[in-house]
Amino acid sequence: MPAPIRLRELIRTIRTARTQAEEREMIQKECAAIRSSFREEDNTYRCRNVAKLLYMHMLGYPAHFGQLECLKLIASQKFTDKRIGYLGAMLLLDERQDVHLLMTNCIKNDLNHSTQYVQGLALCTLGCMGSSEMCRDLAGEVEKLLKTSNSYLRKKAALCAVHVIRKVPELMEMFLPATKNLLNEKNHGVLHTSVVLLTEMCERSPDMLAHFRKVRKLSSSQLVPQLVRILKNLIMSGYSPEHDVSGISDPFLQVRILRLLRILGRNDDDSSEAMNDILAQVATNTETSKNVGNAILYETVLTIMDIKSESGLRVLAINILGRFLLNNDKNIRYVALTSLLKTVQTDHNAVQRHRSTIVDCLKDLDVSIKRRAMELSFALVNGNNVRGMMKELLYFLDSCEPEFKADCASGIFLAAEKYAPSKRWHIDTIMRVLTTAGSYVRDDAVPNLIQLITNSVEMHAYTVQRLYKAILGDYSQQPLVQVASWCIGEYGDLLVSGQCEEEEPIQVTEDEVLDILESVLISNMSASVTRGYALTAIMKLSTRFTCTVNRIKKVVSIYGSSIDVELQQRAVEYNALFKKYDHMRPALLERMPVMEKVTTNGPTEIVQTNGETEPAVLETKPPPSGLQPTSQANDLLDLLGGSDITPVIPTAPTSKPASAGGELLDLLGDLNLTGSPVSAPAPQIAQPPFLLDGLQSQPLFNDIATGIPSITAYNKNGLKIDFTFERSNTNPSITVITIQASNSTELDMTDFVFQAAVPKTFQLQLLSPSSSVIPAFNSGTITQVIKVLNPQKQQLRMRIKLTYNHKGSAMQDLAEVNNFPPQSWQ
Amino acid sequence: IHFILLFSRQGKLRLQKWYTTLPDKEKKKIIREIIQIVLSRHQKTSSFVDWKDLKLVYKRYASLYFCCAIEDQDNELLMLEVVHRYVELLDRYFGNVCELDIIFNFEKAYFILDEFIIGGEVQETSKKSAVKAIEESDMLQETVEEYMNKPAF
Repeated sequence: MPAPIRLRELIRTIRTARTQAEEREMIQKECAAIRSSFREEDNTYRCRNVAKLLYMHMLGYPAHFGQLECLKLIASQKFTDKRIGYLGAMLLLDERQDVHLLMTNCIKNDLNHSTQYVQGLALCTLGCMGSSEMCRDLAGEVEKLLKTSNSYLRKKAALCAVHVIRKVPELMEMFLPATKNLLNEKNHGVLHTSVVLLTEMCERSPDMLAHFRKVRKLSSSQLVPQLVRILKNLIMSGYSPEHDVSGISDPFLQVRILRLLRILGRNDDDSSEAMNDILAQVATNTETSKNVGNAILYETVLTIMDIKSESGLRVLAINILGRFLLNNDKNIRYVALTSLLKTVQTDHNAVQRHRSTIVDCLKDLDVSIKRRAMELSFALVNGNNVRGMMKELLYFLDSCEPEFKADCASGIFLAAEKYAPSKRWHIDTIMRVLTTAGSYVRDDAVPNLIQLITNSVEMHAYTVQRLYKAILGDYSQQPLVQVASWCIGEYGDLLVSGQCEEEEPIQVTEDEVLDILESVLISNMSASVTRGYALTAIMKLSTRFTCTVNRIKKVVSIYGSSIDVELQQRAVEYNALFKKYDHMRPALLERMPVMEKVTTNGPTEIVQTNGETEPAVLETKPPPSGLQPTSQANDLLDLLGGSDITPVIPTAPTSKPASAGGELLDLLGDLNLTGSPVSAPAPQIAQPPFLLDGLQSQPLFNDIATGIPSITAYNKNGLKIDFTFERSNTNPSITVITIQASNSTELDMTDFVFQAAVPKTFQLQLLSPSSSVIPAFNSGTITQVIKVLNPQKQQLRMRIKLTYNHKGSAMQDLAEVNNFPPQSWQ
Repeated sequence: IHFILLFSRQGKLRLQKWYTTLPDKEKKKIIREIIQIVLSRHQKTSSFVDWKDLKLVYKRYASLYFCCAIEDQDNELLMLEVVHRYVELLDRYFGNVCELDIIFNFEKAYFILDEFIIGGEVQETSKKSAVKAIEESDMLQETVEEYMNKPAF
């Protein structure tokens, strides 16, 4: 069998392949050859074959069949074999592989090998990818090597120890004694890796940290002074060609020492004090013309800000950052912004001084720099600079990438809320955000904004005018349109009346306003939610506009058959409001009262637990003024039995009719009721409310037809209920039933509640009863009025439910009333 | 350092060193993602990219991109120096190193890297020492010819 081709040959050959397919073919061929070579247990060329395999692995081809071969190579005596074997192990044999542990013995042997380079290979491999078990097994060997005098091995052992500690933190203690003398070395490699080891220990274990901080008997072995000394030597000593980088002596070591000092000085006054001088020295003496000097300064600044440094030092640090910001090098600006972001909380005033530079960074090309500049800008906004900052931030919002817009918009809203110098400014700012980044504004912004607008009473005219103008041109940005619709609905009268103090009032007619709202309704761009806003707004205008009520009615009735269920429901209910409850319309659609602010962010406003603000209101239909239990509410929602009920706003609009229907079904089989538009104070009634509410007693229709015989609907257990009928001439579908309940027993019936349900095609309205007590011995009656709407002139049927207390026990009964005289419904 | 990647301007991987354990598939995915991110960066932008919870530091030398992923508390500016130092070591060893050297002698690029960084941390800050160690190791190779332009494999 010919010798397998050499590695470089293979590489050369594969590179000549012109297509992916060609390459794959070559590789497969070679893999086959390698596989058969492995099978033959060929020792001579194993190394070569594995090397080739590793190359193919890098190109992305599978190479797992070479794993065992790597083990064999590691076990070989030849250095060449071991070198490739360990490389293969590091590439192919990570701890997820089953055969990983088989390496342990080989590594152990090699750790004790006579040749330091073999030992080095073993340490390197263990330190890069040893598993926890392996680390446990071999920690002892590593610890031994940590104490050797061979600096080549010592430095590798130190990093190996770092890896062991990362994998198995419990083993940290074991390395402690060896660390005693580590820093006495001259060798920079050992010094560097020792500092890394100490850093790792201090970061992971507060005990270790305390141990390294404390004063020990020999002052020369205190860690902090030792580190300070080493650092000083590095800075002060002359040119050392071996470790020099652009005129700075061993920057890698300097930075690591600074980082360790940071950890030691954090929250510790003594340590911090011991390092103040050296930090000042590094900060002032380091050459800043090249990146390497700035790297050291950067680390120094981080350290100064993190420890308990004196204020002069802190100012120095922030000034360095300020200088960084002016640097042409993007990397340095980036790093400066990141650090400033970390320090802005603690050293706010110092950072404020660099505000203008930071704001300039908003215009940078680099995305990461822009983002940091934006975050920093928001952190710096305060009452004094808010106008200027906002201008810059709004400009930024205009021109920034889409991924920023949402955050920027939210940030602006927050800042505006906290620091707005005037209401008008606040509203202007919000308007600007809505128009420039309207589609990126977060959902929760809309209710917050509406609340803000409502509360700025004197600005209503101005606000609605501006919003109107904004959506006139473009109604595609949903949050903007939603807010605008809501405002137009509320303050449309101000809009058409042309009264505006803040700016030139515009001439708008009612029709124009309705035009724009209808366009929103029709437009494909409008989301369902937005349409809901628009429809409600149109409805509200029916009380505020004088000439266009018919148009509004028409619109509302059209949408009664909309496919969108939400719109349909709203339209149907508004329709009903026009038809049956027209008298209630003005009251229902009244202007919103000033809302108590519920702020989640701002520390300034009173927080009311009355959280029933915007969201709830917007989702119910005509906002019942039952936001707070005011007297208004009681007028509208007088209830059965006159019980003291505070109206509850259902937060989900669908709950009303559905729950009513549901409960209805429970009780009454398949009879159903349509709901009336006013919200149902459902939970307040003891029994399920299949009649939605008792509205204020209205005078019966003046034109009633008489002469319809009355009936006894129920007569049982001494309780008798009579029905008397009246029909309206103007509206033949309405029948008014007056019930009279009497009690022939010798004891009163108390807590009497009468409930009724009718088939789907009917509508029922139950008015308040005269009282809830039926006195005994027929000495008095309870009267109650029921209005039934029977548009289809179907035969009237009714199921009634009676509940009352009698003779100390609760009574309940269900009955069906079928004996309605034909005149009552035909 | 979590990992180091070297890749060409066409997106071909030249070296991958992982200091954390991840499944093979995951590694491939990450490589693809990062190559795409770095190659699409504008020339005028900074050398740092926020990626997941790590920071990517990359620098282009001729036709090769050197990219490292470091943790939040590591010093990015210093990492640029680390990358530069590695390039210097390669240069010293190969003599005016170019991409082809790394392609054809990838295993040596690994050996050099392993003399400079172990477990994601720098082990030797002296250029001289690092290169000396490699050269002496080379001498131990049973066949010396490979380093005199005649590969042993």
